Amino acid sequence: MDKEFSYVNKADEFIQMFKKGEEFTKELLRENEKLRYRIAQLEESVAQSVDEARTKLYEDRIRLLETELNSFKEKFTQVEMENKDFASKYLEVEEENNNLANLYVASYQLHSTLDFSEVLRIVTEIVINLIGAEKFAILLIDDKINELIAVAAEGISSGDTPRVKIGEGIIGKVTKDGESYFAEDLRSMETFNPLEPIVCIPLKIKEHVIGVISIYKLLTQKAGFSNVDYELFNLLAGHAATAVFSARLYTQSERKLTTIQGFLDLLKEKPKR
Amino acid sequence: MPNILVVEDSPTMRQLISFAMKRIPDARVIEATDGVDALKKLSSDKIDLILCDINMPVMDGLKLVSLVRGNATFKDIPIIMVTTEGAEEDRKRALAIGANAYLPKPIQTQELIKLVTTYLSGSGN
Repeated sequence: MDKEFSYVNKADEFIQMFKKGEEFTKELLRENEKLRYRIAQLEESVAQSVDEARTKLYEDRIRLLETELNSFKEKFTQVEMENKDFASKYLEVEEENNNLANLYVASYQLHSTLDFSEVLRIVTEIVINLIGAEKFAILLIDDKINELIAVAAEGISSGDTPRVKIGEGIIGKVTKDGESYFAEDLRSMETFNPLEPIVCIPLKIKEHVIGVISIYKLLTQKAGFSNVDYELFNLLAGHAATAVFSARLYTQSERKLTTIQGFLDLLKEKPKR
Repeated sequence: MPNILVVEDSPTMRQLISFAMKRIPDARVIEATDGVDALKKLSSDKIDLILCDINMPVMDGLKLVSLVRGNATFKDIPIIMVTTEGAEEDRKRALAIGANAYLPKPIQTQELIKLVTTYLSGSGN
């Protein structure tokens, strides 16, 4: 009986021990679970902090790239503006170049001859082809009668060319004062009046006026005057004047020389007896 | 090397156009004073483009254009008229006869260079 009781007690003890063992195991499992959970949490937190750091890095990089992009955009705009500026300057230089070529050719042609009629032809060509005039006259002062007489004309019949006293009207005043005249309204060119040009340019050698170029009408396609036209007018005022003056002097001296040579030849010829 | 024939009775205009043509790379300018002179130059040189005035002595520009267009050898040469005749009917007449382009005087050098370059490259035809 005692033996039987002792077995029961031992069994109880074993069961108790087993239960404790079970509880302990359960406790261990719970702890293990908690630890796993904690590890997972920590791992997640580490991963999150790495992600955050990376995101921050990327954000910083994006900000930097955006700043660089904006700076490039600014530089691009600046370069584009400079480019446009260069292009417009290039066009200006080109235009200036062309104008200079026109002036050079005009000047070269004016001084290419000493023949009076040839000089007049060249002035006429310049006024037609480079300025674009349709009706005009070149008038020179006749010192004997102190009047302006037409020596060449384009688009005007010889009967219509003006004859002007110095100081009278637009042409006479330009001759007297030596200042160019430009009509304010170019519509006046529709009706031809020999005494009322739209442009009158004095032909001057220093301050001495020897004649004028009187323009009455421009070519159909020529709407008005550009900067190069005014440059050409200035060039004509000086260069055409010297070319006309020297050609006239040369022609006169040639004529005199021929006359004198004729006389000398006559004198040299001894009468045959 | 493109050969450009400048047909113009005015020495001033010939010089001015020749000056402008120097801006076209390798271009060589051959000058003629009127239509008859131009026909002689066409026979003696290989011409790639003609710049032609209308009002000229001996033979005018319109007559020259019609002769060039009627000739089997020269008919395809581009012709640009450079003239003081600025009226629309003059332009139409010149183009109807066979001119490729019409540029009234006073010429804008840039415009002339652009036209010549276009026709020399073949893109104007």
